[in-house]
Amino acid sequence: MLISNLEIVPGRQVLKHLGLVQGSTVRAKHVGRDIMAGLKNIFGGELVGYTELLNESREESLGRMLEQARAVGANAVLNVRFTTSSVAQGAAELFAYGTAVILDDEA
Amino acid sequence: MIDIIIFIILLVLGYGFGRLLETSHYRSILRREQAFRGILLIATRTPPPDLIPRKIQLVAGNVVISVDYFKRFLASLRNIFGGRVQSYESLLDRARREAILRMKAEARALGADMVFNIKLETASIYKGHKNTIGAVEVLAYGTACVPHNREA
Repeated sequence: MLISNLEIVPGRQVLKHLGLVQGSTVRAKHVGRDIMAGLKNIFGGELVGYTELLNESREESLGRMLEQARAVGANAVLNVRFTTSSVAQGAAELFAYGTAVILDDEA
Repeated sequence: MIDIIIFIILLVLGYGFGRLLETSHYRSILRREQAFRGILLIATRTPPPDLIPRKIQLVAGNVVISVDYFKRFLASLRNIFGGRVQSYESLLDRARREAILRMKAEARALGADMVFNIKLETASIYKGHKNTIGAVEVLAYGTACVPHNREA
């Protein structure tokens, strides 16, 4: 499965558009990480725990999007976008969406 | 009284450690920016039509950086007088450059030499009390192009 945030794939043609596919996940951080973040709020610097958490969640939302794409029979997802929004105190929603397409075979 | 002492201790700790972390972070950013110079970042939405890469793939880099106690205090002072909040400017600058560097590192691991359609997204994910900014997340993503003459 090819994923890209370009609108076209250079050298290959889109045979069929299959519409929008999307995946989202809402994650909350656990207490241990929160305590560390509280400390880091005094000293500054990178919150490694959060970086990893958001990275994992983004992978998961991407995975869910791919699942949908596979279900409609696509072999590529183009024009992928990510958005993050905090829906509640301490929880964030990671959302990935894109256009599922069928590309011609690789030359 | 005890409150004031705690406040001053936090301020000093924030100033000291925050400064130390920031200078070392900037040093590492500059060093890595030099090392990743070979990868071109291009913000156009589509690559030129005559460029046919061997493979394209989404690459991303993210980072969450927290502001220190001292800077937050400075920013709250700024809230009274208005004007540039330099303490947050450097925070966002560091976060953006770090996210871009991580994206570049991912692109290099693939053997890519160009990244197209760069998008940068900033989210404030952690609020301190009274809704002050605690930490920001920056996500950088784009499509890496692997040229024909190089192995992945």
